[in-house]
Amino acid sequence: MTNASPAPAKSAARHARRVLLLTLAVGLGLPLALFGGVLVLSPISGIAPEGWSEGRVLLLHALAVVVLAVVLVTFGAVISGMTVWWEMRVSSRMQSRVGYNRVGAAGFLQWIADAVKLLLKEDLVPADADQILFRAAPYFVLVGFALTFVALPFGEGLIAADLDVGIFYVLSVTALVVVGILLAGWASNSKWSLFGGMRAAAQVVSYEIPAGLAAMIPVLMAGTLSMQGIIRAQGPWPWQWFALESPFAGLAFVIFFTAQLAEGNRTPFDLPEAESELVAGYLSEYSSFRFAIYFLVEFGNLWVMSAVAVTLFFGGWQVPFAGPDVFAAARGAGAIPGPAWWGLEVLSLAVFVAKTAVVMNLIVWVRWTLPRIRVDQMMSLCWKYLVPFAFASLVGALFWQLLLTSVPAAGVVTGLLATASVLVGGYFFLRLTYRNIAAVGDRVDLSNW
Amino acid sequence: MEKLILRRVETDSEEMILNFGPQHPSTHGVINFLVETDGEVIRKAIPDVGYLHRSIEKIGEAVGYPGFMPFTDRVDYVAAMFANEGYAIAVEKLLKLEIPPRAQWLRAISCELCRIASHLISVGTMAMDIGAFTPMLHGVRERETINDLIEALCGARLTYNYHRIGGVAFDLPDGWRDRTLRFLDHFDKFLVEFDRLISFNEVYVKRLAKVAVIPGAMARDYGLSGPNLRASGVDFDVRRDLPYGAYPHLRFEVPVGRGFVGAVGDCFDRYYLRCLEMGQSSRIVRQALETVPEGEYMAKVPRRIKPEAGEAFSRVESARGQMSYYVVSDGTEKAWRVRARTGSFTAMGIVDAVSPGLMVADLVALIASLDVVAPEIDR
Repeated sequence: MTNASPAPAKSAARHARRVLLLTLAVGLGLPLALFGGVLVLSPISGIAPEGWSEGRVLLLHALAVVVLAVVLVTFGAVISGMTVWWEMRVSSRMQSRVGYNRVGAAGFLQWIADAVKLLLKEDLVPADADQILFRAAPYFVLVGFALTFVALPFGEGLIAADLDVGIFYVLSVTALVVVGILLAGWASNSKWSLFGGMRAAAQVVSYEIPAGLAAMIPVLMAGTLSMQGIIRAQGPWPWQWFALESPFAGLAFVIFFTAQLAEGNRTPFDLPEAESELVAGYLSEYSSFRFAIYFLVEFGNLWVMSAVAVTLFFGGWQVPFAGPDVFAAARGAGAIPGPAWWGLEVLSLAVFVAKTAVVMNLIVWVRWTLPRIRVDQMMSLCWKYLVPFAFASLVGALFWQLLLTSVPAAGVVTGLLATASVLVGGYFFLRLTYRNIAAVGDRVDLSNW
Repeated sequence: MEKLILRRVETDSEEMILNFGPQHPSTHGVINFLVETDGEVIRKAIPDVGYLHRSIEKIGEAVGYPGFMPFTDRVDYVAAMFANEGYAIAVEKLLKLEIPPRAQWLRAISCELCRIASHLISVGTMAMDIGAFTPMLHGVRERETINDLIEALCGARLTYNYHRIGGVAFDLPDGWRDRTLRFLDHFDKFLVEFDRLISFNEVYVKRLAKVAVIPGAMARDYGLSGPNLRASGVDFDVRRDLPYGAYPHLRFEVPVGRGFVGAVGDCFDRYYLRCLEMGQSSRIVRQALETVPEGEYMAKVPRRIKPEAGEAFSRVESARGQMSYYVVSDGTEKAWRVRARTGSFTAMGIVDAVSPGLMVADLVALIASLDVVAPEIDR
């Protein structure tokens, strides 16, 4: 375009600006609208305005719950699309590729194009497949995924239902996903699918155990199964987070994170759909919308995994300098909370989203760095290492709680020490990264982002 | 194979026959493996080749001697330079032709660059088959530079058709030497980085160490050659032991598998040997560029190539083992018989013997570590 006339250049610039605006509108508008929906709807389902009859209040709550359900499932779909974009951008940077750059600014709208393409494809059901189960399998997966959003805490008051058995509920409904995968593997009537389904069953069921044991440790420390209760038992500052406050909870986080990777079928545990071994595993025979559902769930699960990890180990939505009394004061006595309370909710929502995004990024890094382990190694890792260590840390955490009752300062000291060591470790990690980049003659360059 | 299909009827549902290929992401082309599995464990894997047969040897009898050169590219399109060289040497032997030294050196340079490119694909796809996608693209990125260099040398990026009967097609372009040396400086650092990126990754080593071990005697019995043979501890390299071209004048070491992390001749040895060979190839290219003699790059070749009746056999050390051409002339302008012997074909034979007891995922590692290229098997 060196000797192009000024007119097309101008129109190209205008076009680029329009694309950028559209991308920003979608990229910021969609999440903001959805978060706004969560922000408004979740408190409404607990409000009873004065003077309203019982029937009207019930109707209001029912309406709020229905709309909230739609908003949350849409949120799951949108966030999984955006995760795909983020993952592709990160991986292309890691692999010296260009990556998504066509649809929308920086290729952001690619996930929408991909989804539309998938929906327009032929919906194929193999002739020899089990007709009913093959069609039913994606819905098991989708339901198992969507139900977790009921108990995910987005902010101080932003939770669809703060169940007393919150974390227990989340772990149980996630197990529904494996039913769908196993059905898909069986119903496809393909050997590759069957392999994938059997691997998924073995893997997900095995890794539920260390994940469950590791999740017991924050429960033990908080004394409650409720998601909000677990977060309220932690503080806003890093040294008040469970992962850093107690060494056993730190170990539990590592176990939980590994087990969640395995349950979410992410590399290095992507055995059920191991592309280079099983073609596409349980997904081999799926196409079009059903395939899209599996992908939506796989990437949406990243959010669920990260959100649960943040809730259990990293203090959830806790905002610095805003304890429960501040929230209570801002809420006021009326049925409709005061304006300051809404501001605090937005703040807590932002903190939660930021922490979750960091953990999600960690998962993306792991995926594009590690190779895949073998089936027997996957099993031995679970049963020989994760399960015993999870048990040991559970027992350790019990003794730790006993220690805390006699020496309450121990928690603060460990928290500060752990925070300091994380900071020092992070510094050395960055320095090593910089040196490794410099050793090949490259330089740190973020300009092309 | 027939027996296996018959047994399928007899056996109950404990075992199953898996058609691993011909369209499968990790068969590296169109190859089929008939795999008899018991769950994830392989009882037997029988390679079924021939899907990519294009009668290249027969074509060699139909076109004239120089006309066959572009077809040799298609024998092994990942490392086409060696196929060129092997055929050129065989015909030169028929013609009793002396090659000018500059041409010898240019052949060595182009071949070693090509070896690096081929090995980059090999180690990259191996990492990809194990599940790590990133190293593959890092390898391809470096290969891209080599492709650029070879494109500057001969105008083609994949099917080079660079070697000619009697020499090479083009001389070194201006500034090419400095460009190549700059690339090699970068590449030596890249090899270190690549090791850090994937070679000694804990998960990667666990997947490859002591998997599909091929002992030296067995490798010899099955006629393995090249890196696959050396990984089993057999110290044999055509470039050193039966020298040809410029190689007697160049100094290099021949890496031999010695169980870098596991047993001698396991998948990791075959993988890591290729990493070491890339370093040696880089060394050879450097030396050859320093010492390349002046002079003609093409011998005086008669316009009509019409060798006396007779036969000639050539061996070159290709990226996937010994590549040989056997050319029989009946005194006319067309060869009476052209036969190519390639490393991949013999490597396929050993899959049958090594595979029992492996997991399905190990079979993928085994195929990748043997570095087979489908067109080279079938020709």
